Amino acid sequence: MDSVIEALPRFWDGFTTTLFLAVVSGVLSLVFGTILATFRVSPLKSLRIVGATIVEIGRNTPLTLVFIFFVFILPSMGYILPLGRVPAIIALTVYTSAFVCEAVRSGINSVSVGQAEAARAIGLGSTQTLSLVVLPQALRTVVPPLINVLIALTKNTSVAAGFAVVELTATGRGLARDYPADVLWMLLGVAFFYLLITIPAGTLAGYIERKVVFSR
Amino acid sequence: MEHSGSTAAAGSLGDPLVELKGVNKHFGELHVLQDIDLTVRRGEVLVVIGPSGSGKSTLCRAINRLETIDDGEILIDGQRLPEEGKGLAQLRADVGMVFQSFNLFAHKTVLENVTLGPVKVRGTKTAAAKEEAMTLLERVGVANQARKMPAQLSGGQQQRVAIARALAMRPKVMLFDEPTSALDPEMINEVLDVMVQLASEGMTMVVVTHEMGFARKAAHRVVFMDAGQIVEEAEPEKFFTDPESERAQDFLSKILTH
Repeated sequence: MDSVIEALPRFWDGFTTTLFLAVVSGVLSLVFGTILATFRVSPLKSLRIVGATIVEIGRNTPLTLVFIFFVFILPSMGYILPLGRVPAIIALTVYTSAFVCEAVRSGINSVSVGQAEAARAIGLGSTQTLSLVVLPQALRTVVPPLINVLIALTKNTSVAAGFAVVELTATGRGLARDYPADVLWMLLGVAFFYLLITIPAGTLAGYIERKVVFSR
Repeated sequence: MEHSGSTAAAGSLGDPLVELKGVNKHFGELHVLQDIDLTVRRGEVLVVIGPSGSGKSTLCRAINRLETIDDGEILIDGQRLPEEGKGLAQLRADVGMVFQSFNLFAHKTVLENVTLGPVKVRGTKTAAAKEEAMTLLERVGVANQARKMPAQLSGGQQQRVAIARALAMRPKVMLFDEPTSALDPEMINEVLDVMVQLASEGMTMVVVTHEMGFARKAAHRVVFMDAGQIVEEAEPEKFFTDPESERAQDFLSKILTH
């Protein structure tokens, strides 16, 4: 136990790094995922194809391969990214956006056609119809699946441990090496700090869900 | 198309406001609108009736291009209906529409439903839009529900809000697509009363409905459709008492005998 307390500053560094990766990639994924979803329901076939292609690549590629692409392959093609957090955030965002997109798209499909027709009938353009009527209803409907995606993202940040980012999992590995007698405690510590992100996220989701609920 | 005598009561009406010329539409194999020619004049109340599947709803929805047409043309106030984009949105703002299933914006309050169009399309200031919305809600008798969400209202109340929402755009013409078909019987009249009042104020209206009482009370002209064609046009009294076509006689005998 004492060794865990001794290791707290290192845990804290790992925790803040994980939190940073999760929050930044989470926000970016929500933004890009929603944009992708609007592509996928666009009246323009070309946009639908672009959206579908990005989503299929993102969600069908193992996250480790996405990391390898941005950490090793892209630089070898001459696109040098700063090592560490930047390629990690890009890889996590590319991967997670695909899942956000599909959640949001299912929300868009759950909004009745009549809502969009009513919006168009009062003279709203297609962008306004989407942003003022369809998306606000769609996003409220998909709060629970979106939180699932964000919790998965939080845990997926651990893949960055293999790519030169010292976040919680990499910290845990280091601590297990430095305190071989307390490996179990160190790993429990790592788990605790992950829970410190995911459990409040779930609680927040429940709160938001109650707050934005509406009935059709 | 000439329909002699059919517009006698409409003699005081203005110039053509909605014109359909040779309009055709197919749903796959089904020829749902067949060479439709129809003119609605300013201030006229036109009721479209007919059996289900006759194309009457499609006709109504084609007027603001919620349904596209295969050929022919539709003019609103002399202007050809644009195919898409800003022009179409602008034109739709001038054409009010009331749906069978109300379609109030489920995530917005009653008041916000009415102010959304004026604020976002017309650029009206929020305060002014709210004030006008309250006046309209007062007029349709639901001002006391302004802060509620649509789902908290009865069907009749929702439909009256939908009428207020359309009126808030100060439309040149109002389209009603079976506005009372989804309502419980005891709520039909509260909606029809609002529509009769609107008609008496001189609003140009195209009403797809099965409500013969409304047609008799408020319509200048009745158009009977069957199988994608306009079969008969007449003044309401003439149409209901002495229809010319066999199909109209048959239809009326089925709905009026009980």
